[in-house]
Amino acid sequence: MNRRKFRSPLPGFTSTLSVTMFWLFGWLVLPLVACVLKAATLSPSQFFAAAWSSRARSAYWLTFGASATAAFVSVLFGLLIAWVLVRYSFPGRRVVDAMIDLPFALPTAVAGLVYSTLYVQSGWYGQFLVPLGIQGYNTFLAIVLMLVFLGLPFVVRTVQPVLESLEGDIEEAAASLGASRWQTFQQVLLPSLLPGMITGFALAFARGLGEYGSIVFVMGNIPFKSEIAPALIVAQLDDYRYAEATSIAVMLLIGSFTSLGLINWLEARNRRYAS
Amino acid sequence: MHPSFQRHKRVAGRMVATEPAWLRFLLIGSTIGIVAGIIVIPMIFVFYKAFANGFSTYWENLFGNAEARHAIKLTLIVALASVAINTVCGVAAAWVLTKFRFPGRTFLLTLIDLPFAVSPVVAGLMFVLIFGRQGWCGPWLQEHGIRIIFSWPALILATTFVTLPFVARELIPLMQSLGNDEELAAVSLGANPWQMFWRVTLPNIKWALLFGIIQCNARAIGEFGAVYVVSGRISGETDTMAVLVQKLYESPGAMSAAYAVASVLTLMALATLGLKLLLEQRVTQSLEETAQTTGEAP
Repeated sequence: MNRRKFRSPLPGFTSTLSVTMFWLFGWLVLPLVACVLKAATLSPSQFFAAAWSSRARSAYWLTFGASATAAFVSVLFGLLIAWVLVRYSFPGRRVVDAMIDLPFALPTAVAGLVYSTLYVQSGWYGQFLVPLGIQGYNTFLAIVLMLVFLGLPFVVRTVQPVLESLEGDIEEAAASLGASRWQTFQQVLLPSLLPGMITGFALAFARGLGEYGSIVFVMGNIPFKSEIAPALIVAQLDDYRYAEATSIAVMLLIGSFTSLGLINWLEARNRRYAS
Repeated sequence: MHPSFQRHKRVAGRMVATEPAWLRFLLIGSTIGIVAGIIVIPMIFVFYKAFANGFSTYWENLFGNAEARHAIKLTLIVALASVAINTVCGVAAAWVLTKFRFPGRTFLLTLIDLPFAVSPVVAGLMFVLIFGRQGWCGPWLQEHGIRIIFSWPALILATTFVTLPFVARELIPLMQSLGNDEELAAVSLGANPWQMFWRVTLPNIKWALLFGIIQCNARAIGEFGAVYVVSGRISGETDTMAVLVQKLYESPGAMSAAYAVASVLTLMALATLGLKLLLEQRVTQSLEETAQTTGEAP
């Protein structure tokens, strides 16, 4: 029946669709529904009391602020790195290129462990930075540093292919019309790189919102001060306050779904413009 | 989402306007500085700390300690199980989503990406809400003496959730671009479904599949947040390597042990990178071959 309906003589529609449905609904939809249902057992006022308490609000601020700052820094660094990797050749270029992927592969706990040791006063970096008043441990800066490490590859890997696909002739044209190199970059190159930069920003931002594994090493998780939203969820769970934990989780989900939706919307828009 | 193996179509060689030499050196210098400072030096630091007290201490930290041995074993088992689930289901999903058109297809495609937008901690929490003592299935599970949360099944469930997209994400674009022709030919010549899959589909997708498996595996081995929530952190029982690193970090005097475990994880990450580089070359090659045989641009 299925074959006739969808007019494909290829085998395996029913069986692979059942496996896929089991996989996606069992592993993704069911847990999500469980989460929303749990939050729905609270009355609206209870939900807001839990999800919008002052402790929760300061956790959101810290999480969103640090993620946005880190994503912004990642875009700046990522653009520079992608530019250098695509446009210039220099000894060690391939090694640098390969190393960009390390944060994708390295367990975040390892990254957190290292960063927590490097930036304290006795650490390799801290011995120079702490006397200058730069505290890279247990501060806002510590989260940002950690998230830049995690977010950087997203930006490089979204900007790099765009840069590679740019043809040289528009730059030639700009130069022959008398534009300076900086004007060409600003007015010709940057607009075509912008979509990739925005996608990279959103990916790095979404990654930052959910990150817990590495942040737990570099932060003290002091309520109101240095507690990110995922850490607050863990703290509530450790106190067996499931409904409160779930309310904060729902807020976090809304935040990251919005950024993922934004990526998809931007990508769809770019495809429309490109074609 | 990871445009990783579509790289190196360099424009160099016909470079038009370029920057003055001093600016080039400045930009290259800052790139090397940033990558070294953020990524390379921290990685070297892991090994420096792990071996700071000599090789015998390192060995003792890793294999003389029952907890560390157990964590290594558990991590590998959990990673193996989640990679297996996500590979089998990922191939099935890629097959049904690329070879057929049916209502709801776009919705399923969007669903696959979902775990990228869910914090691992939230993922863990979801499974606690279902299988935990106060969860939806909690009372029933307790009656029947089944333990999921704070035990290894929860680790597999949560890790599978977090690593779900990796294999399917690599396969779907490739299988889409390959089209149905070869499989249709095989079927019309009388191949049964398994013959078709093993002899036609699999050879076409093997490098991308391997690529996805490697990425999935790397993430599964390093998963922390989700495992942290569902495992209950029971020493010598549900601690994976990543959680053990955190525990050792927090217990006084165990810093070198933490770095010893971390060094194993770092070696695994480096092996992943190496394999990825190798595969990237193979994938580009096979894409070019496909392009040649079908006469289309990759």
